[in-house]
Amino acid sequence: MLPDSQVAGLNQSKPRNSAVLRITLRQVLDFPGGKVAFTPQMEFLSESPEVRSPCYRVLDEYGLSIEHSSFAEVSKEVAIKMYSDMVTLQTMDTIFYEAQRQGRMSFYVTTIGEEAINIASAAALSISDIVVPQYREPGVLLWRGFSLQEFANQCFGNKGDNGKGRQMPAHYGSNKHNYFTIASTIATQLPHAVGAAYSLKMDKKDACVATYFGDGGSSEGDFHAALNFAAVLEAPVIFICRNNGWAISTPLSDQFRSDGIVVRGKAYGVRSIRVDGNDALAMYSAVHAARKMAISESRPILIEALTYRVGHHTTSDDSTKYRSADEIECWRVKRDPVSRFRKWIESNGWWCDETEMELRSSVRKQLLHAIQVAEQAEKPPIRDLFTDVYDVPPANLCEQEKLLKETIKRYPQEYPAHVSV
Amino acid sequence: MAAIFHGVGAATALSPSPSHSVDSKKFQLAPSRSLSARKGRIAVVRSDSSVNLSLNSRGRKDHLWIPNAVATKTDDSAASTASKSGHEILLFEALREGLEEEMDRDPHVCVMGEDVGHYGGSYKVTKGLAEKFGDLRVLDTPIAENSFTGMGIGAAMTGLRPVVEGMNMGFLLLAFNQISNNCGMLHYTSGGQFTIPVVIRGPGGVGRQLGAEHSQRLESYFQSIPGIQMVACSTPYNAKGLMKAAIRSENPVILFEHVLLYNLKERIPDEDYICNLEEAEMVRPGEHVTILTYSRMRYHVMQAAKTLVNKGYDPEVIDIRSLKPFDLYTIGNSVKKTHRVLIVEECMRTGGIGASLTAAINENFHDYLDAPIVCLSSQDVPTPYAGTLEEWTVVQPAQIVTAVEQLCQ
Repeated sequence: MLPDSQVAGLNQSKPRNSAVLRITLRQVLDFPGGKVAFTPQMEFLSESPEVRSPCYRVLDEYGLSIEHSSFAEVSKEVAIKMYSDMVTLQTMDTIFYEAQRQGRMSFYVTTIGEEAINIASAAALSISDIVVPQYREPGVLLWRGFSLQEFANQCFGNKGDNGKGRQMPAHYGSNKHNYFTIASTIATQLPHAVGAAYSLKMDKKDACVATYFGDGGSSEGDFHAALNFAAVLEAPVIFICRNNGWAISTPLSDQFRSDGIVVRGKAYGVRSIRVDGNDALAMYSAVHAARKMAISESRPILIEALTYRVGHHTTSDDSTKYRSADEIECWRVKRDPVSRFRKWIESNGWWCDETEMELRSSVRKQLLHAIQVAEQAEKPPIRDLFTDVYDVPPANLCEQEKLLKETIKRYPQEYPAHVSV
Repeated sequence: MAAIFHGVGAATALSPSPSHSVDSKKFQLAPSRSLSARKGRIAVVRSDSSVNLSLNSRGRKDHLWIPNAVATKTDDSAASTASKSGHEILLFEALREGLEEEMDRDPHVCVMGEDVGHYGGSYKVTKGLAEKFGDLRVLDTPIAENSFTGMGIGAAMTGLRPVVEGMNMGFLLLAFNQISNNCGMLHYTSGGQFTIPVVIRGPGGVGRQLGAEHSQRLESYFQSIPGIQMVACSTPYNAKGLMKAAIRSENPVILFEHVLLYNLKERIPDEDYICNLEEAEMVRPGEHVTILTYSRMRYHVMQAAKTLVNKGYDPEVIDIRSLKPFDLYTIGNSVKKTHRVLIVEECMRTGGIGASLTAAINENFHDYLDAPIVCLSSQDVPTPYAGTLEEWTVVQPAQIVTAVEQLCQ
């Protein structure tokens, strides 16, 4: 605070009429951007809040609903499907990860620890909502009806893959399920989501877009612009951030210095909420509410789901190199979102040990079978190397295909025998 | 990126006169910094950095603006207007006309870019469209090229046909990630499930003292990206035709316009027409040498052609128009006839369209060549601001004449 003499001095330096010389608080002027109140006290907004934004949670760690909590109603059918899908996702991750370790699959990305975010958010959306994923959200596709065989086919890149073997494993996509094909690039899907929402808005559809990204992805330029665009455009997008604490080996403290991602919503004029991402019921409620707001008010919503990445970044990573195995174990066992939700449905009398055993063994069997089938299925033909680059293969690609075929014919021993031409 | 083309060089392009009868003479009254000092001998720096001193009493003005662009065309090309009916139009208006017709025809076509809405676009290509089609369909975006290009891709994946405008092609370098990794790729990696019928367009090339950052030739950088098509327009006729064809194409198309060609005037047909995206345009049939060019260099070539004809040469001039893929059919037929090739481009020598074209022709038509292919390009330097220096980075008609003379010895 400046001493009075200096303040007075400041005013005296301006040769204006005496009305202006008076120090008045709450004086308002019209700069571009709207009216803003003046203050003679120089005050910097703090870089960090005294209290961090609170986290919305409905179930405690024992799976019991917290007193005075407000959440959306979930019917028995939906709750059971949610839980079953969470178990299926968890089992699929375990089995596919093992398959990769055994050398049967070349690469895999697990979602361990984030099952609640995946399934609960998917459950709160409708099938006409467009999903634009990053790469750790196969649960959304699972909820929508993508079969275990289809997951396996994509991972093995065989003829049954609707992506025709062109993408890395776990880079799913299905226009039938309104799930954009995953690209490995980080956060590039966020502007896509805004574009898709723009399309929905033009067509005045009763649907929104849900897009996912991680804490690391929030550092990308596309994140900034997508939020900004969505706000300006008033586009019905739900931005769901899976803040799982790690971007490969980069912890949050090296990623940003803000209070997580939720506070950034305000910076762009986007309504936001922080949710316990391991609480399936809270996730469901938040996305349910967000969807309603996004569509009826035509606005973007930002949801920061706090969670923990229990698995490694991908099968190419060994996270014990940069974090303690104890920390991982603690989150895996003590804070597992799946068992937490299980306790809640059990407390409602909707689940028991027997059904649990049945489900797990059935899913496991199905998955092992799916892998077997996928492994033995034919790979896509050489011809598919050249299709879909354009709508119709142009002359140069036809020529290149011809050249490749001739080369294969001349040196058949250099090429895998079981891939058809 | 700073939008500095409100500067002197592009002033004529930015603000069309209210009567649309701007004729090319107006451009000869280029801003005052024209080089009245340059009379008599001028040094022409060739792209191979040898310096030719040639007597040229004409001032700079005549060099850079070809007043007879229209007249030269109507002699020859079947692709130009056939009838005396039709209407006169400037190139930027032709682009707009094409865009507007497609927007009328298909409600999925929309426009997004900086200042395309009520401002009408920096080069007025989208003028009036926001008033007609609304603010949502002609969308003003914040300044984030990567992101509004990404937005266009997402909208395209959902069924729209966006036309994304880069205020200057150089700004689309920011969109390279989206264009290369997503636009060109997602149709393929999704197994054909999602199509990306997006058109990305904007002005590029060397203008009048726009500075290095606003003088980019992006066709060099983009030519390798699988999954996209690239076309360059050069006349009001093909500008409209290519715009319409690009919008109707299921593939992502990048349409290259040139900052200095927006005010070209031509008479185009009244009826609906499109130009084939993969076809080159025969500008002037000939026997002695094939000159391949595109965009603004077409006019430098035609200027040189007049001189060459006077000297007794018969050059065949082809505007390649389709930069990716090359129309090797038309080009090949020409090479088989003339056996000599000169490529005239505005790209840098290294890694430009000319470099790829040279390789393609050598590979495919080596037996038909009587001489090595000559490629005239800009030097591998950022475009300087000073007018004199800038002029020497662009291939001038005199260089083209010399190159043909040497090639035909």
